[in-house]
Amino acid sequence: MSATLDVAAIKAEFPLLQREVNDHPIVYLDSGATSQKPQSVLDAMDRYYAEINANIHRGAYLIAERATTAVEKSRVALARFLGAPSAEEVVFTKNATEAINLVAHSWGRTNLVEGDVILLTALEHHANIVPWQQLATERGLDIRWIPVDGDGRLDLADLDVLLDDVKLLAVTAASNVTGTLPPVRHLADAAHAVGATVLVDASQWVPHLPTDVTAWDADFVAVTGHKMCGPTGIGALWGRLELLDAMPPFLGGGSMIQNVTFEGFTPADVPARFEAGTQPIAEIVGWDAAIDFLEGLGMEAVAAHERDLTAYALRTLTERFGDDLFIHGPSTVEERGGTLSLAYRNIHPHDLSQVLDQHGVCVRAGHHCAKPLMKVLGVNATARASLYLYNDEADVDALADAMADAGDFFAL
Amino acid sequence: MAGLEDLYREIILDHYRSPRNRGELEVPPATMAEGFNPLCGDEIRVYLEVDDGVISDVRIGGQGCSISQSSASMMSTAVIGKSIDGARDVLRQFKEMMSIHEHGLDGDNGDPAGDATADQPGGSGLGDLEALRGVVKFPVRIKCATLGWNTFDQALTESSCE
Repeated sequence: MSATLDVAAIKAEFPLLQREVNDHPIVYLDSGATSQKPQSVLDAMDRYYAEINANIHRGAYLIAERATTAVEKSRVALARFLGAPSAEEVVFTKNATEAINLVAHSWGRTNLVEGDVILLTALEHHANIVPWQQLATERGLDIRWIPVDGDGRLDLADLDVLLDDVKLLAVTAASNVTGTLPPVRHLADAAHAVGATVLVDASQWVPHLPTDVTAWDADFVAVTGHKMCGPTGIGALWGRLELLDAMPPFLGGGSMIQNVTFEGFTPADVPARFEAGTQPIAEIVGWDAAIDFLEGLGMEAVAAHERDLTAYALRTLTERFGDDLFIHGPSTVEERGGTLSLAYRNIHPHDLSQVLDQHGVCVRAGHHCAKPLMKVLGVNATARASLYLYNDEADVDALADAMADAGDFFAL
Repeated sequence: MAGLEDLYREIILDHYRSPRNRGELEVPPATMAEGFNPLCGDEIRVYLEVDDGVISDVRIGGQGCSISQSSASMMSTAVIGKSIDGARDVLRQFKEMMSIHEHGLDGDNGDPAGDATADQPGGSGLGDLEALRGVVKFPVRIKCATLGWNTFDQALTESSCE
């Protein structure tokens, strides 16, 4: 039991964590894919639909005003949660993927020309690779990669050389495969020194650790709601106001204009400029409730709990399985989050996760949308257990027991 | 509840532990097709040699889970020596067996295939391949079981184009 969070009380707030799977209490270890949602988030979304459902920024009637206020309150909450200087700098998107695509289409097409270089890291999720590859193909850009060593750490020995002619650095704040926490501020400083813009994919950071976009000195930060106790279908882009102000719209349509004539249109100010069409209002409201939930726990406490639990998991699994188990990524909790990619004996991750499922233990098997990184790690797939604020030592023990059973089952 | 023994029949584990016809063939004369499961990263290579309309050799390369590896291994033993038409017939029967559309998928703890179909005496003529019928109860794994077969299908098509 962690001294930092009352995990039993927290678990009780998540309806899904009360259920059984295959006759076992569920042990949910796939929060890296999506987190579970507390009752308060579900209630907030229900209340929105039951009491104030109306389109925003349109009607001059009570419930429309309430709905508008709820959306703008969520924007303010998210800005505060991210350490953003102003809520105007927060643009709602469908998810982090759309946030990155927004930057690629709008900022990228405006600012990058043939021969410019985009610097990525080998840790990136496909969401922070493919939009840049699309743009590179379209505009004749070069993509360069910061390599990763065998322990999942960025190899920064040649950073100065790699940064030559770089106009954009796009880096994850936390790997969804190895749990690696790259030195974002150090990278941002180095990139800014050569005049490059810095985008941080914070999808796997924001749910777990206190976030301060100004401490990173980032220019753009992409986040998603569903990994931080919020609903699916809602994410956000934070960007420095002067950058957003100078960017053309991404999607065209309703809400993103100041004026439309037969001849053309004038785009709205940010953030409305980037929020075309009716937004997922219930999801924005639900995200606000998720932020409220996390702020109630305190992100310092969440981070401390996860650090302790990750240390427990690393220690327990290593002691129990010895050489039969390889855990990808850095071996110390100072350099990593609670995302544990496991290579266990010769059991294929799909088979391992299938046996774990029989014990009610949910882990993800596959390439985790990070195929370039998997190539570096020398595997096609891993079984990934990812820890979150509602997990405890008993969950780790259940994982270990189920792994032992899988070992017996597949004894080759 | 569908248990592990429904999925991991002994014969499947046997093909996984001792895969048959693993390796490569020289291309040409053989043809080779590659298959990927984009969800899990599994990849498979099927080498196919056809002599006079008869499948004279099949070799399997690549890596994957027990289901994809054993299914490909069992596929190779099932089609070697068959005419192209005969192999296509097995392919069709296998794909029918793997089709989830014939079975209800209600309920997340359900038993979509139903024990009646799982234990049905081998009326389909698929022989050992019947052991893979249990995969249908685990819909996520169907793509694993069909990966080698779809890749074989691709190799057949490529070889008949030449």
